[in-house]
Amino acid sequence: MSTNGSKPKLALYWAASCGGCEIAVLGIGDKILKVDEVFDIVLWPVAMDFKLHSIEAMEDKSIDVCLFNGAVRTSEQEYMARLLRAKSKVMVAFGSCAHEGCIPGLANVTTREEIFQSSYDDPTTVDNPNGVRPQLETETDEGTLYLPMFYDTVRTLDQVVDVEYTIPGCPPESDRIWEALTAIIEGNLPEPGTVIGEKSTVCDVCPRVRTDKTIKEFKRTWEIEPDPEICLLEQGIICCGIATRAGCGALCPQVGSPCIGCYGPAEGVTDFGARMISALASVIDSDDPEEIDRIIQEGIPDPIGQFYRFGLAHSRLRRTAMPGANGHQPAEEEVTA
Amino acid sequence: MPDENFEPKIIGFFCNWCSYRAADMAGTARMNYEPNVRIIRVMCSGRVDPDFVMAAFAKGADGVLIAGCHPGECHYNNQNFKTMRRYALLKHTLRAIGVEEERIRLQWASAAEGAILARSIDEMVERVRELGPLNWPKQWEAPPEVEEAIKMMEAEHAEALEVTA
Repeated sequence: MSTNGSKPKLALYWAASCGGCEIAVLGIGDKILKVDEVFDIVLWPVAMDFKLHSIEAMEDKSIDVCLFNGAVRTSEQEYMARLLRAKSKVMVAFGSCAHEGCIPGLANVTTREEIFQSSYDDPTTVDNPNGVRPQLETETDEGTLYLPMFYDTVRTLDQVVDVEYTIPGCPPESDRIWEALTAIIEGNLPEPGTVIGEKSTVCDVCPRVRTDKTIKEFKRTWEIEPDPEICLLEQGIICCGIATRAGCGALCPQVGSPCIGCYGPAEGVTDFGARMISALASVIDSDDPEEIDRIIQEGIPDPIGQFYRFGLAHSRLRRTAMPGANGHQPAEEEVTA
Repeated sequence: MPDENFEPKIIGFFCNWCSYRAADMAGTARMNYEPNVRIIRVMCSGRVDPDFVMAAFAKGADGVLIAGCHPGECHYNNQNFKTMRRYALLKHTLRAIGVEEERIRLQWASAAEGAILARSIDEMVERVRELGPLNWPKQWEAPPEVEEAIKMMEAEHAEALEVTA
């Protein structure tokens, strides 16, 4: 780490994430040395030792760029998001979790109470005979111990603080990260609010051939050996390339595996699932309501997992119905009712 | 307890060629029907992006009514068949999310069917009134204790600072 105060300051932080985004940053290879040459790195818990209070002591807006990965699901993460927002000139939602909730955001199909029940009341891998649950405050002889509050709803970074830019992807491809870092280094950034990435969809860069074929049933990947040339969707495999931002080079469909949407919604798509619904409606070959229902029920048993695997927290509706909110029942009970 | 004063807010997407005219007809014929539907005219029910419906619920609508020409009578050949398939997919997804089924409805109504449209509006308003307000934005509202918990983090850090000093 350089001590030259004249260099622009860079902070990297992680919240509710898996660490893959951090690995992806290192994936730029020896260009990381260039990053260190250009920036004064002031915070990067995964790679270097920094103290939080030195960030707290900084003047507002004294960090030039903060790359924040991870969603926000605890008060500690929200505290860090607010702190880094206040200290940074440019806040970047880095990677799918910060951008759209990603896999941690799938917790929005459940609640804090349900998660605590399975983790502490009825845990499968540890014993908790006294049913101990984490408390916000615990008094000990040495003083009070604090734990962060665990939220019911996982939030994306832009639902918690203002964000200037978004770098999509689970994780972002290293080439795209380097492009974004280059833009920052050269002062060549687009308008605030921009998603730094391709404007087209995965379908646009996918070499598979699209005809106008429609289908009578959806198939799981293990059910067929897909033709290597033809569009997967036209073979009945639900591929999310049509709603997903390009940037990966259509790696999955090229090897016969459908796009699952890890690069997030394409430019102009607000709700990933809504775009998928629109697209799939054009592929189903039936004008009979009953047959349509059958194709959907059999082919898409888990619409949230299918359409919102990466974007539930950032979708229009953000989560499933909370039990008891406005007197509503949980989803399962509604289905059986 | 159902709120006696609750008036459902229902967003209606009516196609220009049949259903909007059906609504016009219901009006000129002075038919009585519930005033709870805010009608948005679209050129075709096939224009109704599922995102419009999600947005309506996310912004506080209690129900969404999509109305279009009868299958086979679409002004744009077969776009309302697309609506039919989208609606099925949308309903399937909303069910998983936990939005009650009766809050979304697809109604075919030709330009001559003002009475049918008016009746479907009445039915839907009655059903949604029984269900009560949806108030979806409340689902993700942060509880007031959150601010306190964040302050606690600050207090904890201040304490840690004292130790290091």
